[in-house]
This record gives sequence, structure tokens and C-alpha cells, in this order.
Amino acid sequence: MSAGIDLENVCCDFGSFRAVDNANVSIEPGEFFSFLGPSGCGKTTILRMISGFIEPTQGAIKIGGRDMRGQRPNQRPTALIFQNLALFPLMPIWENISFGLEVRGVDKKTRRKKAEELLELVDLAGAADKMVSQLSGGQKQRVAIARALAVEPSVMLLDEPLSALDLKLRQHMRAELRTIQKRTGVTFIYITHDQGEALAMSDRVGVMSQGRIQQIAGPRDIYNAPINGFVAGFVGENNIFDGSIGAVADGIAAFDTPYGPLRARVLDKPQGQKLRLYVRPEHTISAAKKGTENSIPVTVSEVSFEGAFISVMTHSADGKVLTAEIRNDGSATVPDIGAKLFASFDAARAALLPDANVKG
Amino acid sequence: MNDLIRRYGVTITALMCLLVAFWLVMLVIVPNITLFEQSFRPYLPVVDVGGPKDVYSLGNYAKVFDGSIERSIFGYTYIIPVHVMTFGLTIWYSIVVTVACFALAYPLAFFMAKIANPKSLPTLLLLLFIPLWVSEVLRAFAWWIILAFKGPLNALLLALGTIDKPVRWIVDYDGVVIGLTYTYVLFMLFPIYNAIQSLDTNQIEAADDLGAPWWKIHWRIVLPHAKPGIASGCVMVFMLSAGSLLVPSILGSTTSQWFTQTIDQWFKDALDWNTASAYAFILLLLCTVFVSIALKVFNVKLSDIAK
Amino acid sequence: MHKLRITLARLYMGLFLAFMLAPLVVMSGAAFNDSRLPSIVPWKGFTTHWFEAMINDGRMMTAFGNTLIVALAVAILAVIVGTASAILINSISGRVRTVLYSMMISTILIPGVVIGISTMILWTRMGGLLFEPGQKLWPFIPGLHLSVLGQVSYIAAMVMLLVLARLQSFDAGLEEAALDLGASHAQVLRRILLPYLYPAIGAGGAVAFFQSIENYNVTQFTRGGMDTLTVYVFSMVRSGVTPAINALAFLLIMVTLVLALIYEINRRRLARIESAREAEARRATALEEAI
Repeated sequence: MSAGIDLENVCCDFGSFRAVDNANVSIEPGEFFSFLGPSGCGKTTILRMISGFIEPTQGAIKIGGRDMRGQRPNQRPTALIFQNLALFPLMPIWENISFGLEVRGVDKKTRRKKAEELLELVDLAGAADKMVSQLSGGQKQRVAIARALAVEPSVMLLDEPLSALDLKLRQHMRAELRTIQKRTGVTFIYITHDQGEALAMSDRVGVMSQGRIQQIAGPRDIYNAPINGFVAGFVGENNIFDGSIGAVADGIAAFDTPYGPLRARVLDKPQGQKLRLYVRPEHTISAAKKGTENSIPVTVSEVSFEGAFISVMTHSADGKVLTAEIRNDGSATVPDIGAKLFASFDAARAALLPDANVKG
Repeated sequence: MNDLIRRYGVTITALMCLLVAFWLVMLVIVPNITLFEQSFRPYLPVVDVGGPKDVYSLGNYAKVFDGSIERSIFGYTYIIPVHVMTFGLTIWYSIVVTVACFALAYPLAFFMAKIANPKSLPTLLLLLFIPLWVSEVLRAFAWWIILAFKGPLNALLLALGTIDKPVRWIVDYDGVVIGLTYTYVLFMLFPIYNAIQSLDTNQIEAADDLGAPWWKIHWRIVLPHAKPGIASGCVMVFMLSAGSLLVPSILGSTTSQWFTQTIDQWFKDALDWNTASAYAFILLLLCTVFVSIALKVFNVKLSDIAK
Repeated sequence: MHKLRITLARLYMGLFLAFMLAPLVVMSGAAFNDSRLPSIVPWKGFTTHWFEAMINDGRMMTAFGNTLIVALAVAILAVIVGTASAILINSISGRVRTVLYSMMISTILIPGVVIGISTMILWTRMGGLLFEPGQKLWPFIPGLHLSVLGQVSYIAAMVMLLVLARLQSFDAGLEEAALDLGASHAQVLRRILLPYLYPAIGAGGAVAFFQSIENYNVTQFTRGGMDTLTVYVFSMVRSGVTPAINALAFLLIMVTLVLALIYEINRRRLARIESAREAEARRATALEEAI
């Protein structure tokens, strides 16, 4: 049965270095939850704490409501998929998969049957007697998943499992992982630095930076409604303006910048932190005429074809780079280099955000 | 230690520590301390042990200086205690063996590491290992047969016309040196081979391309890189030669005496374990000094020496 | 590299191999020479009666048996101690590691006479402390058991080096994966680490066995009145030797050759299997990338 995980004020220190700072999150049973962040943000540490290889310095980790303090990795209802897979090279595939059952004393016939069932589940029927060295990268991935599923864990922990695969395979495996998760209903905790992966696969995402969880939300909200500059910048591109906040009305604030007064959404009551204006390139239009608000005169410096969209790089009079994106469907005309246009955006699409939530 | 406990649990880690402690303490440290202590005790009949005559003294060590004989070198005569002479010659000829082994092994190590076809290497290594598996005493004995006055070597050389009278090979220290070189050359070969293997062949080719003659390539590029391997090999060969008892006994002549044979005589013939201990300890001490000096000169650490 | 130098080098290799193997050939040859003294010149005729003489030499057979028993004991002990030491050394670092490692390596360098004498003295004195003079009991008396202990003191280091080399290419993540899947510590050791080390342990055992057989220095001082092969052969060389020794040598050389052959054939077989597997993985990867 899948279980939920609760992290309550979890901290992890290595000497004087705080790797995880007051992590609080409640993961639902059967949820696909991702921890997303750059290297060193603490996501691997969180995973190792949940799996039991490290003990938190403070706080409690509960799986299925049970406090896991003092429980060794071989006592927890978790199964970990390692980044380098850690398949056992000296055992055939079916022994790899049924290893968890073997150490629990299950007899050989049952184990073999279970292994073959799981191989069917991950689309590798017939590979039971092969050795690890005979498999491709994607096949090894699936064996690793089957091996973890064999012990019927309440929680599956995945440590950047797709990072070693090439692009097409990665996309294929993403879909596969999601399918397997839905089929088995096990809680998946996935860590990655690839925002595309996290957003595509997860029910919810926890974005982390420097040991702190910045935001926990569904993929759409993470992308469309980031609560601070770090999250906004990590999951997508932004045009960013410095300035000072002025009057607020109906959730839209006036923002005074060197480029004139701009208007953007603002979250709650700003608490005296430094705010910046963030607007995404796909919401930025390079218009021929100046708009009523949020319109900055720019010159087109570069136009690059990115496949599904066209990136238009412009710079303002003082050299600030602003990027706009045009969909590659012929709906808008592609400007020439050197053209004088106006970078414009809708106030509802821009947001005033504080910088990251850092260790205090 | 924590790492071990994490991986294997407390019981297994404790067991492993116990095994290692048994080895290092019971089989290495304590025996050597006992040897050291014993060497200071005089050789007494059993009844007197523990009694008033059982005092620590350097008497056993002083015996090294007994029994002087006359020797001459380059026309200059001098008097030297027999055992000191024996010890000096043992060290000297061990050095000769070491140099000989190096001269033999180095070209071969280079060949195997850089020139030979990599596919034939495992077979080659195996062929070279075979003599090692055959007992040392049998190998020494084999040379005793070969080098005999009426033996095959003389027969071969006579037949080839290289000499016209049979040569006495087992004379003075010659037989011993030949035997020791044969026995221990592989201990020089393998460390050097390992060391040269890790040298990037491109460096040699670059030097060749820049016009360096072959001797310069070796002197400036290969030898410095192989230094740890060479030091390792020299230390091993020297220690093994100086401590060898079998080969000097079988291939020795009436005019050769190896220091280990002296120790053996104290132990077996005179039944004086205490003096034997003292002599053994002298051997250990002075060999250790030699090794330490060699390591310092070559700028290598003891931990670099491995097969 | 220039052609001439390569040819010279190959020639040197050939000569060196001949130099290494010639004594073995001579030894074996003398076993078949119908001559009272071991030699191959002059050749007096082909005979195999030295082999019968060898089998009939009771003392030699006893010595041979003793040697095998000692070698077996040494191999077992050295493998256990050496493997434990390798695992321990691999997991610690810093000054402690350097000190321990140096201590272990130094045992190989200590002259065998020193090991032999010190072992003898230690155990007989321990016996002296515990018992009245003249009443010594096993194991505090000279004998083959002391030879075993003395030999293990340095052979364990050889085993340790072999196992350590293999250990350093071991992926500790495999142990974590096993723990994560619920294995107990003993199971991790038995099913994950030790199987990986078996090649090195096997090699270590073989090395220990053969090193023990050919040991003389340690054995000579610790054996009490017991004979081992090296001791017996040595005494024969000194006192009066017949080609029965050569018969024994020939047998030993043959056994070694056969073992070497078996090892080589097995190695080639494994290499073939491994490259076949890798080829299959490459094909599967290529297929995958074509999705």
C-alpha cells in the first residue's frame, strides 16, 4: 500500500554547513512528487534522509504516519532508484529483480515468477536470464524500477534516474515512469534538476534552493504563479526589471523603473523585501506601436529560430536585453534585425516578486 | 570505521577488527618485541633463567666483533671481525644482485608495457609467473645442476667453442649472485612493468617526434615516471636477497658466507637463540635503515610499494 | 618504434623467457636421466625409475604431505585475515590508514629468518611462563603450527594487496542498493561484496598456497623436528642427492603447467563471453536510439 510522507521541520547539518533548512512538506499517498532544484540545493540530501542513509539533525520524517527516526534503510518501506542504477553485475536480471524478496526468505520458484511478472510490467519480457552487461541504458532503467517494485514499497524514491539518457529516450522514459506510477499507485518522490521533467511528470513540485524549499505547488502554478524570483527563474526564462513599488489597487501595483512606470501583479502584502518585476518572453510582444502601458522602446539585435518558437532579442536604449517569443505558426511577423519596436506586456502577465527565500 | 559499521553492522566490523588485530599484534608486533628483548639476554642453561645471571646486556651484540681476520684490498691490509666482514659482503652482493636484476628487468618491462601486443600480454605474464610457482629451493637446485663443473652450461659453452676449458661457476660468491638474480628478477620486473604501463605512450611518441634519441627518452621521460616502480623493485629484491638463506646455502662455496647462514649457525649449531636473535635483529635493523635511505633518495613512500 | 628495435626487443624477450624457463627444463630432464647424480650431461639413458624411487622414499612423501597440510592451513588463514584487512583498510583514511598499511606491507620485507626466530621465541617463552620446564604443551612447542603462524604473518599481506586492488574498483552503491531493498548486513557481505571479491580471493588463496609451499626461512626455524618439502630437499642437497628430487620437481612443474593452462583457457573463455555481452548491449542501445 502506498503511503504519504511528512517532513516536519527537517534540518540536516554537515558540520557547520546546513544542507537542508527547515523542510516542511506533506506528500499524499499515491502522489508523484518532485523535488526540483540546482546541484547542491539539498534535494539529494532530502532523498537520502527519507531512505534512511542519513539521519536528520532536527525534525521528524514520517512515512505513513510512522516516525522513521532510528530506522535503518533496510527497515524502511522505501525503495531507492540510484542515479547510476546500482544493478548487481554478477547476478542475472531475474535475480537482480527478486533480490529484495530473496533477502526476505522467499523461495526460488516464487521469486522467479514475480521477477517475470515485473519484467512484463516494464516491457522487458524474456530478459530474465540475461546479464546486466547485455542491456542498453533504457533497459537497465526499467530493470532498476522492476527491482524496486518487487519489494512492494510504500514509497519509491528516484534519484535523477534519467540524467544519463539522451534526449529522445528521456522523453520516452518520462512517459513510461508516469504510466508505471499510475498503474501501481505507489507514491513516487522524484528528484531532478531538469524543470521540463519535473513539470511534465509530477502532481506537485517542490522547488529548492540552498537547502530551503521555495515553493510547493502543481506544475502549472509553479510555472504561471511562482512566488519568488528564484522559482520564476529556475523553471523558465524571464525579463526582469528593478524598481520600487508604488500604489496597489486590485492586486495590480505600480512599479517605478528607469524605463518609466510599469504595472504588474503583486502577491499579498509586500513586506518590505526588495521586489523585481518578472515577465516571461512568451508574454512579451515586440509591437510596432507603443502600447498604453508597459511599453518600452527597443531595437531588435538578434532573431533566432528555436524550432517551435522564434526568439527575438532586443535591447533598450541603455543596453538592457529584453527577449520576446513568437510562435512558429505564421501568426505574427518576424521582425528584422535593427527594427525599432516596443517591447510590451500585459500587467496581468507580469508579477512583482521577491528574491529567493534564503537561509536566515 | 563508521563507514564500515554503516555497511556491515557492528558485529561484522568488530570481527574484522579482531582479525586484523590478531594478525598485526600477535603475529607481527609481539614476536618482534620478544625478539628484541631476547637479544639482550645472555645464553644460560635452563636453571639459570630468571636467576641472578639473567641480566640484560649488550653481550650478544658484542659477539659480532669477535674473531677478527685479516683481509686486504687494493694491496692495503686491514683487520676486520669475521661477522662484520660477512655482513658487509652480504650487503655488497645484495646490491650487486639488485643492480643486475634492474639491468635485466628494465628493458623487458619496457617491452611488455609499451611494445608488446596487448592481446598477448596475459599469456606472457602467465609464462613469466610459472617459474615463481615452482619452489625456490628447486630453482636454486636447478642452477646447482646447471652450473656444476661437469654440468650442462659448461657443456654448452664448450660445444659452442666459447671456452676451451670448463669454468668453475660456483666459486666464491658467483653462484650465489647468479642464483639470487634468477630467483628475484621477477620481483623487479612486475613493479617496473606496472609503473611504465601507466605512462602515456603519447609522451614517448612526442619526444621521439621532437627528435630525442632513444637513450634520452628513457633517461628523461620513462625512468622518472617509473621511479616508484623501480624503488619498489629495488627494495624488494634487496631485502629478499639479504634475507635469503636457501640460495646462498645451496649455491655457496667454501669461500662464501651469507649473514643469514651465520644466524642459522647460532640457532642450529650453537643452540644459542639469544645471540641468533641479536644477529637477526642487526639484520632487520640495518636492512630497514637501507630501505629508509633508499626510499628517501628515490623520494618514494612505503605505501607506494605494492604488487 | 623502429622495426630493428622491435625485433631486438622481441629477441630479448625470447632470451629472457628462455633464461627463466631453462632451469625448469633442466630439472625435469634430469629426472629421466639414468645417472646416479642429478644432471643432464652426460646423458646415460632414459629411465623412469627415479619416479619409483621418489614414491618409495617415505620421508619425502611425509614431508610432501606436511607441506600440503601447512600450505592449506596457511591459505585458509591468510585469505581470512587478508580479506578482512583489505576491507578494513579500504574504509579508513588519513594517518591511521597510512600507519596500518605500512605495517602490513613491512611484513613482506622482514627477512624470513627474523620472522622464524621471533615466532619460535615468542611461543616457547609463552609456554615457559604458563608451564613448568619440561612440561610444554601444544601449541607452545616448536612444530608445523608455528610455521603456519610465521608464514601467515607475511603471506596475509600479499593476500591483502590482491584483495585491496579488486576492492578499489567496487561500487559501494551496490551495497546501499542491497540495504535499501531490505538486506541484512550479513546478506550484503555474502551476496554483494564477497562475490565481487571472489576472483581476488581465489588468486590470493592460490598465491598463499604456493608461497607457503616454497617457504624455507620461516619454516626452517619453527618446525621443530618436522619435515617439509623445502627443508627435506635442502637437507638432501647438502647430504647426498639423487634424481628422485628431480622426479618430484618434474611433477611439481607439470602440475604448475597444467594449472596455468587451465587458468589461461578459462580466462580466454570468460573474455569471449564478456565481449559478446558487450556487443549485445551496444546493439540494444543502437536500437533504442532509433526510436
